[in-house]
Amino acid sequence: MTRRVLPGFGLSLSFTLTYLTLLVFLPLLACVAQVVSLTWSEFWSAAWTVRAQSAYALTFGASLIAAMIDVVLGLLIAWVLVRYEFPFKRFFDSLIDLPFALPTSVAGLVYSSLYVQSGWLGQFLVPLGIEAVYTRLAIVLMLVFIGLPFVVRTIQPVLESLEGETEEAAALLGATRLQTFLRVIFPALLPAIITGFALAFARAIGEYGSVVFVSGNIPMQTEIAPVLIVARLEEGQYAEATSVATILLVGSFSMLVFINLLERWSKRHYA
Amino acid sequence: MLRQTSEQFSEQVNLQDFAMSISIQNISKTFGNFKALDNVSLHVPNGSLVALLGPSGSGKTTLLRIIAGLESAESGNVEYHGEDVTHRAAGERNVGFVFQHYALFRHMNVFENIAFGMRVRKRAKEEITKRVRELLSLVRLENLERRYPSQLSGGQRQRVALARALAIEPKVLLLDEPFGALDAKVRQELRQWLRRLHDEIHTTSVFVTHDQEEAFEVADEVVVMNKGRIEQVGSPQEVFDHPANTFVMDFLGNVNVFHGRVQAGFAHLGSLALDYPEYPHDQSSPAVVYMRPHELDIERLSNGRPHLAAEIVRIQAAGAVARIGLQTAGDNLAIQVDLSASRFAELGLKNGEKVFIAPKRVRVFVDRSPEYVI
Amino acid sequence: MHSPSKPSGESLRRGLREEPGWVKWTLILIAVSIVSVLILIPVIHVFYSAIAPGVEDYWYEHGGDVATESGATGSASSDGNWFGALRQGFSAYYDNLFLDVKTRQSIVRTLIVAPSAVLLNIVFGIAAAWAVTRFRFPGRTVLISLIDLPFAISPVVAGLMLVLIFGAQGYFGEWLQEHNMQVLFGLPGLILATTFVTLPFVARELIPVMEAIGSDEEVAAVSLGANGWQVFWHITIPNIKWGLLYGVILCNARAMGEFGAVYVVSANRADTMPLRINQLFMESNDAGSFAVASVLTSLALVSLLAKVILERKTRKQMAEAARMEIPAEV
Repeated sequence: MTRRVLPGFGLSLSFTLTYLTLLVFLPLLACVAQVVSLTWSEFWSAAWTVRAQSAYALTFGASLIAAMIDVVLGLLIAWVLVRYEFPFKRFFDSLIDLPFALPTSVAGLVYSSLYVQSGWLGQFLVPLGIEAVYTRLAIVLMLVFIGLPFVVRTIQPVLESLEGETEEAAALLGATRLQTFLRVIFPALLPAIITGFALAFARAIGEYGSVVFVSGNIPMQTEIAPVLIVARLEEGQYAEATSVATILLVGSFSMLVFINLLERWSKRHYA
Repeated sequence: MLRQTSEQFSEQVNLQDFAMSISIQNISKTFGNFKALDNVSLHVPNGSLVALLGPSGSGKTTLLRIIAGLESAESGNVEYHGEDVTHRAAGERNVGFVFQHYALFRHMNVFENIAFGMRVRKRAKEEITKRVRELLSLVRLENLERRYPSQLSGGQRQRVALARALAIEPKVLLLDEPFGALDAKVRQELRQWLRRLHDEIHTTSVFVTHDQEEAFEVADEVVVMNKGRIEQVGSPQEVFDHPANTFVMDFLGNVNVFHGRVQAGFAHLGSLALDYPEYPHDQSSPAVVYMRPHELDIERLSNGRPHLAAEIVRIQAAGAVARIGLQTAGDNLAIQVDLSASRFAELGLKNGEKVFIAPKRVRVFVDRSPEYVI
Repeated sequence: MHSPSKPSGESLRRGLREEPGWVKWTLILIAVSIVSVLILIPVIHVFYSAIAPGVEDYWYEHGGDVATESGATGSASSDGNWFGALRQGFSAYYDNLFLDVKTRQSIVRTLIVAPSAVLLNIVFGIAAAWAVTRFRFPGRTVLISLIDLPFAISPVVAGLMLVLIFGAQGYFGEWLQEHNMQVLFGLPGLILATTFVTLPFVARELIPVMEAIGSDEEVAAVSLGANGWQVFWHITIPNIKWGLLYGVILCNARAMGEFGAVYVVSANRADTMPLRINQLFMESNDAGSFAVASVLTSLALVSLLAKVILERKTRKQMAEAARMEIPAEV
């Protein structure tokens, strides 16, 4: 309130609010209005069909598994990028961001063709019984790709800012390198790991463009919730589509709230 | 009172053989082109509290880290009570180390921080709890065991760091600028506290500092370092009264420095001529003349003793010591004289007054080695 | 307690914060393998698959009877060699990209849709960052988190929302029909959907940058008599340009690649490049879809390069801003 020296408060704030209202709140309101116009049983029978339940389970389950894999891989990659020097390090470091920049449909297209039996990687994996296209495994693999940079990029700066002295202190107190990692480094990284996990998870829940290429989209088997929404829409069943979308929205919003609470908690604890 | 116990204690130490001592032989260390330590040897007696004193870049922290095993030397040995530990890893040396910024584990509370060293050694739970409680009372943090480092003041963090270091019952305790990150008042309190603590626990301790006042107040013995070498080792009194060279003289507190000459048994500084029999040669040689402000007196009359005529230009009489700024007649050298409050009152000096400065003690250095006159 | 015979000099020389060499190199190897399999190989595969079909066709044509054919025509150019194979590969690639009418249209559409969405979000991002960083008002923190809201909404759901509003059975559907206007299945719908999905990018980058720079310079300019627009153009924009560009690059990369939201809105009637990839894939025209994909991948790689360069610049700028603040506070 004290800093109203600068002009443009009214203009910038009203533009911001108008823009958000037209682009975000109004569409959200449309969605809510559509759902509210349904009776509870109408909503429930649309949102909770067997096919939908299987789609939610797959969406949330595959996202969860993928985010957990991302945490393991992301932690390892962040560690290597921060702590070690090796040839082409900067090149690999920059590549991490590719899933952010690469259109999801391109990712889906490439993955589907890499892992088919005649593909570059599929020719080795399929004989081993690893079928990474048109299966649930394919969905998880795709979501691992999509979520990886979220984890790496949240852990990396925290790992960089860790004081070397705390590790020296642990060593002087007699801890082995592994004990130092498990008891000193890992707990310090935990808030970043959880944030990265949540970001990767939230992103995976909404992912459509890449998964649609690799999953095969078989109802009850490899159909994720966004694909079901599109299928309902294409059938012209708006109410059903909106009901499924509502469940999906609630899922991702609770993730968002969770992330915020978590960040607040970790700030209080570790600042 | 406490001071007295510490003196008794150090006498006991001298009677014992050096079973818990630290011995450093011919240590050298370079970082790139920078020679951090140049063939340093030092013996730290059992149970003593030693200060490594020097300006930044003098190698004191590097020496401390080499003693701890956090850094390895290119050559030389480190021995703990006669046992060579040069190639032993830090974790196996059983040293307590307090970092300048404490390096507390942020996600652990006070209790867990202190217990860490015992937990990684798989000590029994009851033993750990008992020992942590003892240490908490030793560092007077009994009620704060559930707090996290972020919820503690600087002084409290410092004491947690110390308790954590002591928890593993170290053979030696090493502290890197232990008071560096604290504000003046807390620093003062903690210094005295550390001294008392040491008198209680007797662990052989080495601490690094750049503050001579701190070193003198806390340490039994002071090691003055400069440019990777040890300039002088001795008790605070010895080092202060008998500085080995110009660097030590300069570094230890306030001093008036003048460039004079020595010739034929005399040292000349402006109109002042002092006996200097150590230099009998006829050929004159440059010399540095040091006078500590409190080793100078002011007199109204020149009564035959060597003196410098000067004019008072500034008087700052607040506090126990009156600081008088003067300018010598003739060569306009600025000199500071510290008088006790009673001496100042006795003289009743005024700004602009013309007086005589009578040195009680002057140190003349030719080729860095000190010779005393008067 | 200690066995003096146990030499630990190795760990000492290595430093306490490093692992043994074999652990280190194993970890590096694993990390590099993960990045290679998940990211590097797919990128290479895109370009390979865009060119390979033409090359394969060439070898198929020239494979069995190289001698006869070269003998018959007497020309070296049609001989079965790698140069010719590559030339045919690239020419097929060119045909796939520019001679296919629908593909050409999709390229044009993306070139309209993405910049429009970016432009809208630049204006929004600057306005929002200005309001949020230069003033304190109730609800400010809520507003900051609301800006991120589109990230929490699945693009497909975003598209669905637009269909609910502008579709034939939507809230404005009838009104639009009466006035003979259409939002869905065309550029307006594509732009709206893309703008929604990429809305937070510019604002998110600008807010921390403007917060770090602070408003001292702007206040000084106002005190010297500059009006709002003068302050904005002469002080604010030069200060935030790298952060802004960084946000624009991220926003653009996402806008060009957006799939889910535009898929719902276009209903296969107006393809952008990512949608065209899907169409061609459905038609089993792999060469065609990889050709389009290779263009988008190149753009993504350019974005990455720009990102790396700009990250260095903004980091430097924010560090400078932090350094400038110190004397002011002392």
